[in-house]
Amino acid sequence: MKNWYMLTVVGKDRPGIVAHVTSALFDGGCNLGEASMIRLGGNFTIMLMVQHQGSVKSLQEMLSSVTESLDLHAHIDKIEGELHHHVEPDVRITVFGADRAGIVAKITGALAEAGLNILNLESDVGGSESQPIYVMHIEGCANEGIESLQSALDVVTKEGIEAKLTPIETLIG
Amino acid sequence: MAVLDILVYPDERLKQVAMPVENFDSELEAFVADLEETIRAGPACVGLAATQVGHPQRIAIVDVSVKPKVKTHGRILLINPEITAWEGYVVGREGCMSVPDYTGNVIRAEQITLETFDLSGNKNLYQLEGFEARAVQHEIDHLDGMLFLDRLVSRRNDLFRRKTYK
Repeated sequence: MKNWYMLTVVGKDRPGIVAHVTSALFDGGCNLGEASMIRLGGNFTIMLMVQHQGSVKSLQEMLSSVTESLDLHAHIDKIEGELHHHVEPDVRITVFGADRAGIVAKITGALAEAGLNILNLESDVGGSESQPIYVMHIEGCANEGIESLQSALDVVTKEGIEAKLTPIETLIG
Repeated sequence: MAVLDILVYPDERLKQVAMPVENFDSELEAFVADLEETIRAGPACVGLAATQVGHPQRIAIVDVSVKPKVKTHGRILLINPEITAWEGYVVGREGCMSVPDYTGNVIRAEQITLETFDLSGNKNLYQLEGFEARAVQHEIDHLDGMLFLDRLVSRRNDLFRRKTYK
């Protein structure tokens, strides 16, 4: 039972996208794996692991009537469906500041060099149109230790960005 | 002594409410020794409740001393435990020996007062905080047939530890 695909769907947000897409997949005999679905700037986006015994083409055909009727763009890639091997993050970094180009590149560049492997990143643009603010949450693994990441952050935060690093101590009980 | 098998969700026995211990005898002592051996066999494990090994009595062990930089009372034996006071709340990440390969965020009281009994039936009082208080709350949940899955809050936009303004 392998045969995993990553289905990417993008379209203008409206009610019912998830229900329609997943119903079409269920009716077509697919099984779903892990997913990330979120509204970004008025668009609804789906990244969804789909287990399907057929080809990319047959999966596309299965979805065609839904994507046409809801005006969605779908993209499908064959993937390795590696379930049951979650990597646990040990650090969380929150960043915010007045929005300007280069925040993500600067912060993630410094963190990558200091040993961060990002597992999850979410960001939003808030504030008003004239004064937008950028807020980003990152979870990941500090492969070279928390101190190394903190020193890297201390350098970039001098440039007008506020960043806070919190270790994640996962309790197993 | 023996390492006991740990039940894994969706085993129905994890939903049982455990019965209070009534006899503080050698049988209890032997079970606690087995429970302790089982917890020591799980390298990352900081607590284990009797419910998790299919023994529906109000018994658990918590020991967070393997974690660096964490306030700890060492090994805490929970027998008929009761939390008599709560203070504050905090979101933290939890996983469970009975729920492999998944962790999630759970809100717990930051400080608790714990009443529990030792093997001879004497009552002990603990003032606990942070990670250790979280572990005790997680284990007592097991005795009430609850898993951390019952208390999950979203991973997105969750309330992390608030900055304290002075």
